[in-house]
Amino acid sequence: MIAAAGAILRKDLRLELRTKESVPAMTLFTLTVYVLFHFGLDRDSLDGALAAGVLWVTLLLAAVIGVSRIFAVEREQGGIDALLLAPVDRTSLFLAKAAALFVFLVAVEVVAIPAFALLLLGPGLAGMLPELLAILALGDLGIAAVGALVAALAAETRARELIVPLLLLPFLVPVLIACAQATEPFMRPDQGPEDLGRWLALLTLYDVVFVLLSVAVFDYLLED
Amino acid sequence: MVYAHETGHFASIGFAAVDAAIELDGLERRYGERVALRGVSVRLAPGATLAVLGPNGAGKTTLLRVLAGLLRPHAGTARVFGAEIPDERWKVPAQVGYLGHEPLLYRDLTARENLTYHARLHGVDRSRVREAIAAVGMERRADEPLRELSRGMVQRLAAARAVLHDPPLLLLDEPRAHLDPAAAELLEPLIGRGSGRTRVLVSHDVERALGEADVALGLRAGRQAFAGNPDPDAVRELYR
Repeated sequence: MIAAAGAILRKDLRLELRTKESVPAMTLFTLTVYVLFHFGLDRDSLDGALAAGVLWVTLLLAAVIGVSRIFAVEREQGGIDALLLAPVDRTSLFLAKAAALFVFLVAVEVVAIPAFALLLLGPGLAGMLPELLAILALGDLGIAAVGALVAALAAETRARELIVPLLLLPFLVPVLIACAQATEPFMRPDQGPEDLGRWLALLTLYDVVFVLLSVAVFDYLLED
Repeated sequence: MVYAHETGHFASIGFAAVDAAIELDGLERRYGERVALRGVSVRLAPGATLAVLGPNGAGKTTLLRVLAGLLRPHAGTARVFGAEIPDERWKVPAQVGYLGHEPLLYRDLTARENLTYHARLHGVDRSRVREAIAAVGMERRADEPLRELSRGMVQRLAAARAVLHDPPLLLLDEPRAHLDPAAAELLEPLIGRGSGRTRVLVSHDVERALGEADVALGLRAGRQAFAGNPDPDAVRELYR
């Protein structure tokens, strides 16, 4: 299963490098939204809960673009049939798609987080980097796990562009709350961790539950 | 043995039932309320070729997809080398090479990358990729993305993909579509009668399909019109 997941992931990353269909769109969307907030709020800088909310809501909306595209190539070019015709566990497709989404989100954040700090954030990011990386990693894992599941669910439906955001965003409310709450104390002028362990534990629990749930049900999503 | 629909008996074509490559008995498949296949019963010996004939919408592609394990039957039984679909579906992929309407290859990957990906999925040694590319005469274009190749070249690669894992059963849906005569000749050792594999062949080239087949199955609106060696009138009636 791991070997097959590795093969699918390598293929997905190669296709993304070649076609540049998802990551550039997600990144551009994120940057545009930060610029819109910059001018829309008519403020040079944000801090606290507002800054954390803007950061995470924008990343979540960018993730919708990635989730909507993650099965597109399989649907359009017969990739799911090819996988079902191979002697591999179908769960390998979930693992590969979740891993690809995780990589896409990290790639977006490499650009988006410094841009957010530059355009909107009052306090600097330097003092919170290790903690922010931990929050981002756990948040991305949750988004990727739920995103791969929702993408598979929507892949064979006609209204998939509607179904992805309608299903994905409610599922990601706990991720949004935990990530924003964990990030917020670092975005105050008097930076410092506050309940960080609690929110990281919640994110970890969410990730574990959704990865296990997805592994359990993914097989049935690919049944005709 | 071939099941004769009209009489309800299996007609012998010279092999024991346990050795059947394909066994269908009363197979039924629906799409919602619409019946795509009903009452299809046929057996095919290993190494033999079954030609599936019928007009558009007769259920030919559906039949291939059931045999490939991509669709589950709604009634009746379908077995491929003894593995019942869908309960033992996991046994089927290693036995089956599927060449359908879609090449099941990625347009933005090269021929070599596509076949290497399929080799990894099937746990096949990468040396087979080189052999498969050579077998379909694509060495010089193997490192170009598929979107830059002609449809005929893509069809050759799709054939290479279908036989990459050396399956004993080939499910072929218009396998010579888009191929020029030279390319069709090139693929004969891989997917033709000379490949030594059991084949289920869907084709609108009735003369050629019957010429290659040991057994013919006629489908009309999802129903079995005949199975066995049809007389010309039965075939003509199928397309009327």
